[in-house]
Amino acid sequence: MTQLPSSTDRKMGLVIDLDTCVGCHACVISCKGWNTENYGAPLSDQDAYGADPSGTFLNRVHSYEVRPAEGPAQLIHFPKSCLHCEDAPCVTVCPTGASYKRVEDGIVLVNESDCIGCGLCAWSCPYGARELDQAEGVMKKCTLCVDRIYNENLPEVDRVPSCVRTCPAGARHFGDLGDPESDVSKLVAEREGMDLMPEMGTKPVNKYLPPRPKDQIEDQIDILAPLLAPVAEEPKGFLGWLDKTLEKL
Amino acid sequence: MHPAPSVIIFTTLSGLGFGLLFFLGLGMPDVSGWVAFVFFVIAYGLSVGGLMASTFHLGHPERALKAFTQWRSSWLSREGWCAVIALLVMGLYAIGLVFFGQRWGFFGLIGAGFALATVFTTSMIYTQLKTIPRWNMKLTPAMFLSFSLAGGSLLAGQTSLAVPLLLAAAFVQAFYWWLGDKAFATSGTDLGTATGLGARGAVRAFEPPHTGTNYLLREFVFVVGRKHAEKLRIIAFVLAFMVPVLLLVLPFSHFFAALAVLSHLAGVAVSRWLFFAQAEHVVGLYYGKR
Ligand code: SF4
Ligand code: SF4
Ligand code: SF4
Repeated sequence: MTQLPSSTDRKMGLVIDLDTCVGCHACVISCKGWNTENYGAPLSDQDAYGADPSGTFLNRVHSYEVRPAEGPAQLIHFPKSCLHCEDAPCVTVCPTGASYKRVEDGIVLVNESDCIGCGLCAWSCPYGARELDQAEGVMKKCTLCVDRIYNENLPEVDRVPSCVRTCPAGARHFGDLGDPESDVSKLVAEREGMDLMPEMGTKPVNKYLPPRPKDQIEDQIDILAPLLAPVAEEPKGFLGWLDKTLEKL
Repeated sequence: MHPAPSVIIFTTLSGLGFGLLFFLGLGMPDVSGWVAFVFFVIAYGLSVGGLMASTFHLGHPERALKAFTQWRSSWLSREGWCAVIALLVMGLYAIGLVFFGQRWGFFGLIGAGFALATVFTTSMIYTQLKTIPRWNMKLTPAMFLSFSLAGGSLLAGQTSLAVPLLLAAAFVQAFYWWLGDKAFATSGTDLGTATGLGARGAVRAFEPPHTGTNYLLREFVFVVGRKHAEKLRIIAFVLAFMVPVLLLVLPFSHFFAALAVLSHLAGVAVSRWLFFAQAEHVVGLYYGKR
């Protein structure tokens, strides 16, 4: 089944707001917490308490500095998990059929009992969204919390991905990006949501909302400026003479 | 990319082995009986040995048979099929030559075709990856095929063919390095497109997501050997092509021929090491690395 479906009924995915993300990594922890004890093999750690710890995560938060030609630099926190691409190369390269995209909701999943751990799907993903678990030897990736979003044993408020439920800043939104009337689609339209590496032709479902332009410091000070404006624009008397003399030097 | 020994051994040995099978299938050299037996043992040793080595990097080698199911979409699966068909058909052909002194040319032709197809499908596993601009070039299959033909003709003792094929492979190799060095820059992918923030200014990786390493960095971001890349290129080029060609144009001796094969093998292995070690995956950009 590693041929991609020509279209999916829905396009479930995440919208990540780079403007509001505060870089707290809460989504990283809640993702690991939920997914290590639910769908599929646990997310193992190696040498967790030793000198060289590393482990499997499905979601990681980078931080970037952007320096515009003018104005101050900006720090942007950047969560990254599987984008559930429409044209997912990680699905078509898989030799076993373990990696697949669901027709009903577009979620890209790995059937772990079929995975031979060849790693090729991770090679083909431009976003680093797949990690081969070192203990299990199978490929792990974001499941869009498929075991939460339809789970009727959970209270309704919890039927969203763990990372979305956890984010204290409300920077992660979940919904059907194939439905132009959905909240997430409206949000993307309003905020000009963007694709990562569009040149790769993967057509990601997840969208990123660009940071809003920062207020300029000058403008802010202007609010009080009338009150603070100097009374005498031109120095007079001795100071005026000093000013002129110094300027001539 | 991490230059895992298993994939270097695999692509080097099986490329050579399937190259030899190709020439044997065409009846070059036209051997039978014991001599044919020795040739086929060498060819199968190299190709099957290479294929076995490739399973070492699998997380679950015991499920390897499942890899035959997705030939409609996956080059890795197609490679598996081509290899098995080539080995089976050439096996029949070999039985004819070794035990019956008969050349069943039909099997030979089919086997030769699938032997080359195996090398081609192997190369397509790498070529298809847009994430690695240095591999995502038409020249990648050309390189794998030209290496395999050059090495195969060398092993098959086809001196008059081996010299031009070695020279052709040398040319492809040089061209591949020249184009490959520019591939990442011309791919148009940088941290700006990776984050979507490029239009706002210069983007710099400020803080990585974690202090330690991870699977992605171990597998995709390999910078250790790049420092010596130029020297290794010269070594690979001299060993793989120059030395064998020189030895072949000298008056023929079995010792020189064997030396030419060993030198070629070592040179191709170094070239393959560079093929992996110098390949930069775009995911490195997210970590501020290449
Ligand atoms: S982000 Fe990577 S793993 Fe996820 S669907 Fe796209 S290519 Fe596949
Ligand atoms: S690692 Fe598993 S899921 Fe990925 S391509 Fe290989 S078999 Fe398929
Ligand atoms: S949707 Fe679930 S699996 Fe995916 S990043 Fe969020 S918490 Fe992790």
